Amino acid sequence: MDLSYSQISSIFHFATEQARTIVWLQYINLIVCLGFFLTVVGLLAFAIIKFRQRPGDKEPEQTEGDTKLEIAWTLIPFLIFLALGVLTFIVMSSVNPPVGKRQPDIIVIGHQFWWEYRYPRYGVVTANEFYLPVGADLMLELRGADVIHSFWVPDFGQKMDAIPGHPNNLFLKPIRKGVFLGQCSEYCGSQHSLMRIVANVVSPEEFYKWIAIQHHVPNLPTDKISQHGQELFMSKTCVQCHNIAGTKAVAMAAPDLTHIATRKTIGAAVIENNVENLTQWIINPQQFKPGCLMPNMRLPESEAHDMAVYLENLK
Amino acid sequence: MTDSARTHHTFNWLPDIPEYHGLWSWVTSIDHKQIGIMYILSALFFFIAGLVLALIMRIQLMLPMNHFVSQDTYNQIFTMHGTTMIFLMGMPLLFGFSVYLVPLMIGARDMAFPRLNALGFWIFLFGALLLYFSFVGGGAPAAGWFSYAPLTEKGFLSNPGVDYWALSLLVMGIGSVATGLNLIVTVVTLRAPGMKLQHVPLFVWMAVTTGWLVVLSLPALNAAIIMILFDRLLNTHFFNPTHGGSAVLWQNYFWFFGHPEVYILILPGFGVVTEIIPVFSRKTLYGAGFMAASTVAIGFLSFGVWMHHMFATGLGFSVLYVFALSSLLIAVPTGVKVWTWIATMWGGSIRFATAMLFATAFIIQFTIGGLSGVTFAVIPLDWQLTDSYFVVAHIHYVLLGGMMFAMIAGIYYWFPKVTGRMLSETLGKWHFWLMVLGFNGTFFGMHILGAFGMPRRVWTYPHGMPIVTGINFFSTLCAFLLAFSIFLFFWNMIYSFFRGKVAGDNPWEAWTLEWCCSSPPPPENFDRLPPVHSRRPLWDLTHPEEVKQKVGGHAS
Repeated sequence: MDLSYSQISSIFHFATEQARTIVWLQYINLIVCLGFFLTVVGLLAFAIIKFRQRPGDKEPEQTEGDTKLEIAWTLIPFLIFLALGVLTFIVMSSVNPPVGKRQPDIIVIGHQFWWEYRYPRYGVVTANEFYLPVGADLMLELRGADVIHSFWVPDFGQKMDAIPGHPNNLFLKPIRKGVFLGQCSEYCGSQHSLMRIVANVVSPEEFYKWIAIQHHVPNLPTDKISQHGQELFMSKTCVQCHNIAGTKAVAMAAPDLTHIATRKTIGAAVIENNVENLTQWIINPQQFKPGCLMPNMRLPESEAHDMAVYLENLK
Repeated sequence: MTDSARTHHTFNWLPDIPEYHGLWSWVTSIDHKQIGIMYILSALFFFIAGLVLALIMRIQLMLPMNHFVSQDTYNQIFTMHGTTMIFLMGMPLLFGFSVYLVPLMIGARDMAFPRLNALGFWIFLFGALLLYFSFVGGGAPAAGWFSYAPLTEKGFLSNPGVDYWALSLLVMGIGSVATGLNLIVTVVTLRAPGMKLQHVPLFVWMAVTTGWLVVLSLPALNAAIIMILFDRLLNTHFFNPTHGGSAVLWQNYFWFFGHPEVYILILPGFGVVTEIIPVFSRKTLYGAGFMAASTVAIGFLSFGVWMHHMFATGLGFSVLYVFALSSLLIAVPTGVKVWTWIATMWGGSIRFATAMLFATAFIIQFTIGGLSGVTFAVIPLDWQLTDSYFVVAHIHYVLLGGMMFAMIAGIYYWFPKVTGRMLSETLGKWHFWLMVLGFNGTFFGMHILGAFGMPRRVWTYPHGMPIVTGINFFSTLCAFLLAFSIFLFFWNMIYSFFRGKVAGDNPWEAWTLEWCCSSPPPPENFDRLPPVHSRRPLWDLTHPEEVKQKVGGHAS
């Protein structure tokens, strides 16, 4: 699984054009803050050492103040903060241009406790792991399906809330290929902590290949085990929440499983995606992701296994 | 034998106050000093409760994918920790200080409305107990201390926790408004003869500004809480987007209260430090006019910055920008205070008693909290850092390293006045150094956690995240050091209350009016007041020649 955190992600790393601009502002702000901090600590340290009470000290001179100095220490920080304000304005304008009539390239929908990704231009719907072509100028639209979530991949430069009834936009121009991890960062209920984001930035060719796979309706199962698994899936309550293209499972309340076999993880990047893990997940998802909305299915292990085999053939 | 005999002797040596004997005299009291003490003791009790909750969280976060508590328990605990520390610890602590000290500092007999004062305290206490009753009454609230809608709607959190949260805060909010109003009226009407507004000690200035903030901001919270109660109990849809309500509306109401609330909590801390630093530097406050003016400026500006809590909710460009500027602007008057404290120490003759040590650490830690606050005003950086552990670091540097360090400084400073005995300086210094280490060790690393992508309010985090794992482990160890230092503090208070050195009226050679009555003060506070010609009446008594200069030879 490519989620071993082999690469460090932080607010000082950048994978998009927008993040690069913001990182630059991070450094300026850090320098300004360090400057203030060192001034305060330096002056204090000097005062502590120099003016510590010593035996035989006379009563110090009672200085009431000095208007010029007081105006200076009001005005100078004011000007510095004003400069920060101007930089804020410049960076904000460059990373968040007006939306106008532009249609979103990707619609990101936060659900309790997973992510849905829609590519309206290609008619693709997927969950938890999504793909972006490097170099493209993208606009994301963020929506909340139930409560407020927040979409945060630190390497993309900024987070944005996914609020029900109040769609937001986020601009991304990926400049580096790789897998970038993030997670929901607005507390959204019981299992907020395991609502992770996996963003794959790939070359345009790989991206279109991925889109083509998403368009492909999976073949009907041919072996006995998979057929049994499909029968079980269609006869249990699974179909009330999940969608699998080409079958009677058409619900949208839970992750779309049409191409689940192409994903690297299960449960919003909680465990690796393979037949054994998926079997255990179907038996009781709560053991991996307590609080998630998928109930304990109470299936015997053999049935769960057959179902997992069926799902792992959905490509 | 001789030791205990001597202690016994000193114990009797304190003035005996028959009015304060027995539980009944406290329950029925309308004396501002008794009410103040009860406020502070309740606040310290809930401080321990909040601390225990914090330690449970730190144990849970010590290792990745830990299962010390379940995720639902964890969510209840962080909600209760935040709510406790803000509403059950911070607010009553500052009210306790204000209610105890303001009448003494302005030479009054009591608050303007003593019965309202008692009502405020008892309303707070029972409101607080109502919140904690939720643990046995069906489940504690689990929506975070700012309870964002629509998570608070019945459909998402069906146990009665949020109802307890809302009712308890509503009750306490009404009590707070009463106390805020009482503080304003007291200072306006009951100042000692000759005490003009510019002669009022800076702590009183800040307490009054706090009073105004309470009176003007809490009604917004109270109204919003009534709306959330209607949503939950009467099926209205104020905050329910699926039925045409607005999720963002709650945030506007909450932060319209919530940002002034930050200053409600920190201003009395500023006031305490502003009293302590001059006394221990043996100098008058430098630039007192700017200090008072910057307090009022902060008070006004604090009503115009609330949206900086909402920069990631998708606001319009102009709204974002106006609130970025106002949030940067509010750093200026706050900075003025820091320079003023340093300038007061400059050229002084500084005694580092424990109170002064805490005040000094306050300046440094509050500066860190202030600068991380400026970072949030720079909107693109807020988009990265909001709702991450960086915010957790920020709020704790402001409220624990700032407000609480100031309040502890205040306890070391005024404990002799309140009880008649000094706190142990030896224990005090151990407490100070361990707390500075424990506090910074616990919270400084959280800035880095946030910068490396750890969101706040997570029950756990994955294995193998570089940097994050180590910092979390270290933070938990330091949290226990912090808790141990708090234990020393409580031990010091209990020990010194019975065995401490007798303080006398004015052990720190301070200059404000509370130090001219006996320790502890008698029920009527003052037999007679010294003449008041300046902010430092007791200093004037020992420097009559300077008073003559100031008031043109009319000094008595």
